[in-house]
Amino acid sequence: MADESLFEFLHMEMVSHVFTEQQSSKGEMDNKDRAVCISVLEAMGFRVGQGLIERLTKDSPSFKDELDIMKFVCKDFWTKVFRRQVDNLRTNHQGTYVLQDNKFSLLTQLSNGKQYLDQAAKYLAFSCGVVRGALSNLGLESVVTAEVAVMPSCKFQVVIQKL
Amino acid sequence: MWPRLLRHSAAQFGRGPTHEMPHFPNSELFTLTYGALVTQLCKDYENDEEVNKQLDKMGYNIGVRLIEDFLARSTIGRCQDFRETADVIAKVAFKMYLGITPSVTNWSPAGDEFSLILENNPLADFVELPDNHNTLIYSNLLCGVLRGALEMVQMAVDVKFAQDTLRGDNVTEIRMKFIKRIEENLPAGEE
Repeated sequence: MADESLFEFLHMEMVSHVFTEQQSSKGEMDNKDRAVCISVLEAMGFRVGQGLIERLTKDSPSFKDELDIMKFVCKDFWTKVFRRQVDNLRTNHQGTYVLQDNKFSLLTQLSNGKQYLDQAAKYLAFSCGVVRGALSNLGLESVVTAEVAVMPSCKFQVVIQKL
Repeated sequence: MWPRLLRHSAAQFGRGPTHEMPHFPNSELFTLTYGALVTQLCKDYENDEEVNKQLDKMGYNIGVRLIEDFLARSTIGRCQDFRETADVIAKVAFKMYLGITPSVTNWSPAGDEFSLILENNPLADFVELPDNHNTLIYSNLLCGVLRGALEMVQMAVDVKFAQDTLRGDNVTEIRMKFIKRIEENLPAGEE
C-alpha cells in the first residue's frame, strides 16, 4: 500500500544516514570507511531481497535452470522492485551475467549524464544487495556489483558462485 | 549475519497475488526496507531511546523533502487552520503515501491538538517486536516526517505515538500538537 516514492525517499535518507554516521566519528572518510558504508547498505538490501523474492515466487513453479532464474530476475523481479524490466541481459553461459537497466529508478533523481558519477556507488549498494538476496533465496550464491558510465544507465554484474 | 530481531514471517506474506493491488506494487519493498533499517539501527545504537531519536531525525530529513513532492502532486492550497491541516494530513497525505486514511479525533478544547487513529500501519506489516525492545517506537520515522513536512509550511508541531499496536495497544494513535507558527524568511538557526 505504500507509494513508490516513499521507498525512494527512504533509500536516499538511509544512504545519507549511513555515510554521515561513519564520517562523524572520524571527521573524514577514507576508502575503508566508504567500504564499510557500502557493505552496510548492501547487507540491508540482501535481507530485503530475500523477503521480496519469497513473496513473489511463493506460488510459482520451480525454475528450469540458472538462466530461467536470471530471466525471472530481469523481468518479474525487476518490475516489482525497480518498476521496469531490465533492458538487456548478457551472459557468457558460464555463470556471469550482465543486467543493463538504462533508466535505473534509483539513479534518475540524481542526474542525467556524468554529474555525481562518483557518488553513484553509494546509491547502488542497497540494490546490489537486493539482487544478491533474491538470488540467494532462489538457491544461487552470487557476487553482485554495479557500474555506471552515464546516469541513469546502469549495469549490474552477477557472478554465480559455484559451490 | 543478521540477528533475527524483527520477524517477517513468510507464512504471513500470503495475502493474495500481487496483481490484486495494481496501484501499490511496491508496498513490500518499502515495508521490508524500513524493517531492515530499524534492525540496523538497533544493531548500531545501544538503546531503544537512541534508535527512536535516529528514526525521528531521519523522518525529519525525509519530511522536509517529501512536502515538496506532496504539494506538487496534490492540488491542496494553503490550509486555513489546524483543523484543515489535520484533514489534509489524514485524507490526502496518508492516502497518497501509505494508502490508508486514519481518522482524526480527540481534539483538545483549544483546537491545537488532535489524534490520528490508524487501524493498520503499513510500516509495521508482519512485524513483531522481540521482548527486549519494549521501549522501541518502531514507526517513529512517521513522527519525524510529519514534523519536518509541517515545518516547511511554517508550522512547528510536536508529534508522537500515544498508542501502538506493536506494543499491545488496540489501535495505533499518533498525537499531533500545534506549537506555533514559524515566521518565514528568518535566518537559519533562529526561530
